[in-house]
This record gives sequence, structure tokens and C-alpha cells, in this order.
Amino acid sequence: MKLDSMYQEVILDHYKHPHGRGLRDGDAEVHHVNPTCGDEITLRVKYDGETIADVSYEGQGCSISQASASVLNELLVGKELSQAQRIQDAFLELMQSKGQLEPDDAMEEVLEDAVAFAGVSKYPARVKCALLSWMAWKDATAKALSEGKTA
Amino acid sequence: MTDARQGLTGLLDTEAIRKDFPILDRTVHDGKKVVYLDSAATSQKPRQVLDALNAYYERHNANVHRGVYTIAEEATALYEGARDKVAAFINAPSRDEVIFTKNASESLNLVANMLGWADEPYRVDRDTEIVTTEMEHHSNIVPWQLLAQRTGAKLKWFGITDDGRLDLSNIDEIITEKTKIVSFTLVSNILGTVNPVEQIIRRAQQVGALVCIDASQAAPHMVLDVQALQADFVAFTGHKMVGPTGIGVLWGRQELLEDLPPFLGGGEMIETVSMHSSTYAPAPHKFEAGTPPIAQAVGLGAAVDYLTSIGMEKIHSHEKAITEYALKRLLEVPDLRIIGPTTAEDRGAAISFTLGDIHPHDVGQVLDEQGVAVRVGHHCARPVCLRYGIPATTRASFYLYSTPAEVDALVDGLEHVRNFFG
Ligand SMILES: Cc1ncc(COP(=O)(O)O)c(C=O)c1O
Repeated sequence: MKLDSMYQEVILDHYKHPHGRGLRDGDAEVHHVNPTCGDEITLRVKYDGETIADVSYEGQGCSISQASASVLNELLVGKELSQAQRIQDAFLELMQSKGQLEPDDAMEEVLEDAVAFAGVSKYPARVKCALLSWMAWKDATAKALSEGKTA
Repeated sequence: MTDARQGLTGLLDTEAIRKDFPILDRTVHDGKKVVYLDSAATSQKPRQVLDALNAYYERHNANVHRGVYTIAEEATALYEGARDKVAAFINAPSRDEVIFTKNASESLNLVANMLGWADEPYRVDRDTEIVTTEMEHHSNIVPWQLLAQRTGAKLKWFGITDDGRLDLSNIDEIITEKTKIVSFTLVSNILGTVNPVEQIIRRAQQVGALVCIDASQAAPHMVLDVQALQADFVAFTGHKMVGPTGIGVLWGRQELLEDLPPFLGGGEMIETVSMHSSTYAPAPHKFEAGTPPIAQAVGLGAAVDYLTSIGMEKIHSHEKAITEYALKRLLEVPDLRIIGPTTAEDRGAAISFTLGDIHPHDVGQVLDEQGVAVRVGHHCARPVCLRYGIPATTRASFYLYSTPAEVDALVDGLEHVRNFFG
């Protein structure tokens, strides 16, 4: 069934057992909403020099947006900022591919569990759900940087 | 089939009606028949309306109120003929009380702007109050917020009860001597509630406030008689009543339309223009600046003819039966919570619900896979979601072409959703 390409096992797992959910101490906080559907996320980033010490979040939304936040936490925490930005770029490229991009080994290595979202990119209405936390992370990081919290 | 379907009375001959709506024959996802349950967002269009649009462009297209040549006069006659049809449809005392806009949102914004720029006694300013309700579509909230912000007027609203009705217990405190305008929806697009117009109007009249009714979810589904309603303004939108997009209506009482100032300026709405000042055409033209949506108005005229040929009372009975059946069947679904009235009493044909803690997006996606089209989200009525502490709902809505079998398809689909996320 086609639905399985969207709701990959990995995605449903992250949805049911989210990583790093809950708000913890951070350098900057943002609140993003998806106005078409009401999905919301509050997200905080904590940096330790150039290293992402924590990404904590709280929100409500569909399985795709919630799983995506969980995957983000798992992927980015502990990474250097420059590496995290490469992951974000790759994820964005995948999500904007309209289902045309077949992730290769190189991409899979960068994105790990996040490649499971390839199927979601076929559904324009859901791409925003998948990107919600990633956009929030980008925004929060910019905020933290401009406030000079990171080295 | 279930027992619940027995004893369903008042249904229309949907087999015949559905033949008029070509899109209802469509399939999606490898041959699944479309089960269209999103008429509250926009209705489907019958061939009669599509034909009227085509015929207008193929045979009569010209600008209106200008040319002296034959097809220009035909275009004008068709456009103004549509106004006559709409006036008859809503039992307006005069055709000049029917203003064409592009949708209900524009109609409501027009009222807000008329009042913002008006002289006494209509003028909304710092010392006055505007009243609306918590169950409005954003289209009937935001224009009033804008007006309040710009004039300094105070915006007040009626809350909602736990079972999805307007809370009018404090009506005398909400509508006061300071109130200039009370604007509320006749039928809620998210809860389905039909509101008690009479009680609100009585109080508004007591204090001399104007009343504006958003009839977007009423005009398509029930007899709409503006004289019986006794409101001052009534707004609705063509695309929800089997008409095309791009056409809406504002009905207003004649003396008000004479007194109130225009909002948009342009061609068509003037009498004379000099570089220093202008005088205005009488209503409705005073409020229709520029080339109007001509084909769309003609299409709306055809829509009104179509609905009238079936009969608004029959359409209402049909929807009531379908809604009753749908409520009964939905309440059988485990973990399903209806947001809004749970009986068909004083209720329209839009039913919002939540399904356990499965997010409406996910519900809608799995239903779509089975061909069932529902709306998910906050339905442009976010305050309602906040009121009930939910992020969003799934909404199924019915119309004259909806069938009990489509309700069954929805309920079967929901079973599938529960298994998928169970
Ligand atoms: C109750 C209500 N009011 C207003 C509107 C706005 O209609 P439109 O978007 O056509 O302006 C809608 C429909 O979306 C509605 O359901």
C-alpha cells in the first residue's frame, strides 16, 4: 500500500517513542506554527562552543511532525554546528524532492533515520509538517548565534 | 449495512442528483471512487452551472453597464438577471439590496469598512463596542479586530458552551448601549451549530445595534429569508452553494446602503467624477467598484436556479437525515469524540471530531488513501479549537449529493485509521 511509503516503521517508532521530548535549559527558544493545520512546536537549542549540547522541544502535531522532531534530536545532538547544517541541507533537499529523489548511500549516511521521510516528500501538504522542527532549529540556532551564545 | 440505516426518511434521489455532478464520478488512488465529504469547504458544481459559465463566455462575453452593442446588453442582462435570482432566493425586498462581492470574506470586510468610515449614528469609534462570537470563521473575526484596532472600539464576544452552543447567559452584558454592531454566524462551519438568531437580534434591537449575519454555511443548506431573519446585513459565498468561486453576496437593508459610505472606489460605482470630487451611483453599484465577476455572478444565478429546482426545504431534510445517520454511526466508533452538538437538533451538516489521540492529519491521510476526502485542521476557526483544548479536528460535511453509503465509507475508513495507528 502507498501509505506505507509515508508512514515508514521508523517514523511510527519515533512518533510513539520520541527522543529528547520536553523542554530543557537552552540558549535560545523559538515557537513555530504551521498555520494551515495548527501544528506547533516550541524548541530550544543549547550550544557548548560549536557543539550542539541539546535540542529540546515540546509541541503538538501529527505523526510526521512529531517523528521529525524526534529524529532531529537524535541526529543533531552532539554534532558540530557545521556538520548539523550539512544534515539540515540534505534533509531540506530530500523533502523538496517531490518524491523524485532516491536517497543514495552517501545521503543515507548523512541522514540516517531521516531518510525514512523520503516518502513524505510526495505529499505537498505534509512536507511542511516534516520541516516544522527543522525550520525551528535553524531559527533557534540563528537566534543563539546572534545573541553570541556560541563561540 | 447496519440497522441504523433503516428508517431513514426525507432523503433526496441522490442517484439522479449525482449524475449532475461530473466530479463525483472521479476515482483516485487506483480506482477508488471519491467520497467527497468536504462540502463545507467548497461544494461541487453541477453541469448546469458549468454550462452557464461556458455559455456566457462562448456567446455573451462583454463588459457590463457600458456597451451599446448587442452582446454587451446581453452580458448586462445576464449579470443583472443573476442579481434578481439571488434577491428572490433570499426573499430580499429589493434587488438593489444585493451587492456582489468576490466571497463572504469580502462581504464581511465591506460591512466593517462601511461602519468604520460612516458618520453618526452608525460610526464605530473609540467609545463604541463591536460584538462577535468565539465560534466564528476567521473571516468574521479578523475584519472586526482590524476595525477595533483602527478605531479604538472595543471587541467583545460570546463564548461557547461545552456542548457546542453559544453561551448567551450574559447577553445583556455583552450587547450593551455602546454596541454598534453584532456580527455572528448563522451556522458554524466547525461545530455545525445553528445559532438562535431571534434572541440575539431582539437584544441588538433593544440597544439600537446593527446586526450582521454570516450565512456562508446557511445559504447552501436551508431556506434563507432575509426578511424573516430581521438582520441588517447578511453575507454568504457562492462556491459553497454549488456556484463558482470568485462570487459572494452582501445583502443589506436599503436605507443603510443609501446612508453608508462606499469602501472601494473605481469605475462603475460613480455618478460623476471631477478631479476634485465624485458623487456615487446608488446601491448596489456604489459598492461594486470596477469590472465585477460577471461570469461568476451568472454562474451563481445558475446555482440558485439549480438549488431552487430541487427545493431548499428538501435539501435541508435530506441533510438532516444524513446528519442524524452520520452522528449515530460516528458515535459507534471507539474513542471518537464529537466536537459540537451530538444530535441533529439545530444543527447543520458539518461534523467535527477527534479520534483518540490520533492527529487529524494522520486521520485525513489514511482516509484519503481510501478515497474519502475530509478536511483536517482548525477550519479557520482556531478559537474553537483553543476553547476545547484540541489542536485540530477532522471534519466531515455533507450536502445534497451525499449518501448514507458515503457515511458508511467514512466509518469503515475510520476503523482502518484506528488499526493503522493502533
Ligand atoms: C462560516 C463561514 N464564514 C465565512 C467563510 C468564508 O468564505 P470565503 O472563503 O468564500 O470568503 C466560510 C468558508 O470558508 C465559512 O464557513
